[in-house]
Amino acid sequence: MAIPWHCFPFSAAAEMTTLHDYLREQATEGILPWTRQRRAMVRFGCTCYQVEEAALGLGILPARYQRNRETVSIEDQLTLLRSRVAVIGCGGLGGYVVEELARLGVGQLVVIDPDCFEEHNLNRQLFSLPANLGQAKVAAAQKRVAALNPAVTLLPLQETFNSDNGPELLAGVQLAVDCLDSIPVRLELAEVCEALNIPLVHGAIAGWYGQVTTQFPGDRTLQTLYQGRQPVKGVEQQLGNPSFTPAVIAGLEVAEACKVLLGKGETLRRRLLSIDLRLMQLHETTLTES
Amino acid sequence: MNVTVKLFASFQKGRFTIEQRAYPAATTVREVVTGLAIPEQELGIMMVNSRHVKLDQELADGDTLALFPLLGGG
Repeated sequence: MAIPWHCFPFSAAAEMTTLHDYLREQATEGILPWTRQRRAMVRFGCTCYQVEEAALGLGILPARYQRNRETVSIEDQLTLLRSRVAVIGCGGLGGYVVEELARLGVGQLVVIDPDCFEEHNLNRQLFSLPANLGQAKVAAAQKRVAALNPAVTLLPLQETFNSDNGPELLAGVQLAVDCLDSIPVRLELAEVCEALNIPLVHGAIAGWYGQVTTQFPGDRTLQTLYQGRQPVKGVEQQLGNPSFTPAVIAGLEVAEACKVLLGKGETLRRRLLSIDLRLMQLHETTLTES
Repeated sequence: MNVTVKLFASFQKGRFTIEQRAYPAATTVREVVTGLAIPEQELGIMMVNSRHVKLDQELADGDTLALFPLLGGG
């Protein structure tokens, strides 16, 4: 059974028993409603994360995850809560990826992006608003996530990812999600993930088109895919990006992330899924190291 | 030899979606790409018979070549 040892103010075993008893008593048919979860936080001086962790450890599901239930078991929900995922890039893809990971219940998010919102982001970037133009994208992400799922901690890093700072920025994460807009930086990310033994979910978009794949250490899928040809941008330079393409590709990336974290289902390992939303066609390419 | 060439996404614009085309034996992917006036820096995935290949790959009679543009946006 999980013991939330870090509950504040004091985590004496007797008090923990009391929290556990309280959660058992407050749950109805294994579900803990938000008002009662809040009451437990106040009463025992615990964070939202700590109460959720204790509840899930007892087989009690915080009510916000009820509709996850057939997809994600209570045990899986606890695994997600204890997971730490890095999202690199917090623009079109990154906004939706952060939102979906937080709603899914991934407990710790490290979000990396050096940029502030500009007006041309408003057509697609989920956290961009006229009111926060000029503000850091990672700060907006943190505010959004705190409001939508207080159990999730988001570490905002307003930095440009590169191979020098990468190992430090990705320390302790179980998974990285590529939401970058630069091909050379993607390749640096792939190398850092390789060195740190971290799986990487890749997504990229341009206009009506997008692609997704998942690589595990040793696969070198992105290196194969981009084959050492390193223009900074792809055809998105001419095509731009509408609202729906990042939403679609981000959703697929989060589905991949969920499976990697839980070790379930079939991922896109060594397979590239290419999506054409104009003709509504999906294509799968087998990728082997070359 | 005959090669089926499939173009995807933005490569279809002003060209075609799928065509059966005749080439001299041992034509490479690069030669097909050049012949279609596709800039090399725009090339992403190149597949022959559903497997990813490089530009210098030689084609054989009956092959299907699929070309996708390079996507880098986020």
